[in-house]
Amino acid sequence: MATGQNHLNRFDRSLVSSELFPLVASGIEVFQVNMGMRCNQACRHCHVEAGPSRPEVMGPETLDACLELVKRERFPVVDITGGAPEMNPGYRRFVEGCASTGAKVKTRTNLTILLEEGYGSLPSFWAENRIEVIASFPYYLEDVFDRQRGRGSFAGSIEALKMLNASGYGALDGLVLNLVYNPCGAFLPPKQKAIEADFRRELERRHNLRFTNLFTLTNMPVGRFLDFLRSSGNLDRYMERLQKSYNPAAAANVMCRNTLSVGWDGGLYDCDFNQMLGLRCDHGSPDDIRRFNAAALGERRIVTGAHCFGCTAGAGSSCTGSVAGC
Amino acid sequence: METYYNPEDLEKFASIGEEAPELWKKFSAWYGAVFAEGALSEREKALIALAVAHAVQCPYCIDAYTQACLEKGSNAAQMTEAVHVAAAIKGGAALVHGVQMKNTAAKAGM
Repeated sequence: MATGQNHLNRFDRSLVSSELFPLVASGIEVFQVNMGMRCNQACRHCHVEAGPSRPEVMGPETLDACLELVKRERFPVVDITGGAPEMNPGYRRFVEGCASTGAKVKTRTNLTILLEEGYGSLPSFWAENRIEVIASFPYYLEDVFDRQRGRGSFAGSIEALKMLNASGYGALDGLVLNLVYNPCGAFLPPKQKAIEADFRRELERRHNLRFTNLFTLTNMPVGRFLDFLRSSGNLDRYMERLQKSYNPAAAANVMCRNTLSVGWDGGLYDCDFNQMLGLRCDHGSPDDIRRFNAAALGERRIVTGAHCFGCTAGAGSSCTGSVAGC
Repeated sequence: METYYNPEDLEKFASIGEEAPELWKKFSAWYGAVFAEGALSEREKALIALAVAHAVQCPYCIDAYTQACLEKGSNAAQMTEAVHVAAAIKGGAALVHGVQMKNTAAKAGM
């Protein structure tokens, strides 16, 4: 290690070695809004540690501030996440408002929410507003799926996918329905294209279901997955695996460089993982939506930590899957 | 308790090259090429390696290729079938030598 790097964290030292330090944003293409931590599920890997009893839900004032920004700044992509964002009382109003600006609006769903009372009309609502649906669907086998997301969640998710297919989602040239795979354990995801072919074949053969693309995500050592790594004795090995798999090509394309993440309370973050770690935008950038400044945030220095190795391991990982070839 | 096999030793594999760096370099390059995508996919090669690891009963290899199989997208059912292939060949190899036993017994008998 060169003299003078001792003050840097291990991830930043990897950036230095690949001439990417400091990591700086290159504008705001994706405006990601976390509408709250409340969720009808409590998955074992969840970095948000979301669940039915979480009180943190974005209020109407913050929601209005987000919508105002979407209208004013004309972000190309609005990415809505949670928790189960659908459980926020202002969800539909926010989705419609974002869609009316012409932005590409993506909503992340755990699927099973569609089976809860009052949410069954969401597929047609999404279809009417041409919303891109990104659905958590970690595996095509029930036992693996339910180990991660809870007993019965596979059957519910299959039912929800059928509702989405019936609303025009997932068909060739139809509305976009992307699935998200993440490993059910302490290992890295496989190549996106390889596992996508498995999902397409098995979901078609077993359930006559269709989807657009499959994204592979690496489990971040954050939240409940970090708890699992600790309790199962996998933490050191997993972190070592992430660090050894550091890929400069993935680091150059990490999602935080073109994403701004808003928390339920209006806090600004470089990504949803930093949000869960309480690491707000820093290095002189505004860290609250009420002090939003496009110029400053568009070229802000990213806040990094050891968890960032999760986004740069192997083919890389982002909210839209791998970033360095698949 | 001391054992002949320590999981930490897997990470020290490269140290075997310290006294013979050129040989290690050649081995590493060849090993990497063997497992690269070719006529067989990386996933297929990892499953073969997992089966062979069980046949040669190498705990390091079982550890490494269980992880590799998972990261290439194989599931537990597929990996278990691969282990059965190894077991069938190992068992079959023992059993087929029974023909030698029969031949020897027949020759020795009246």
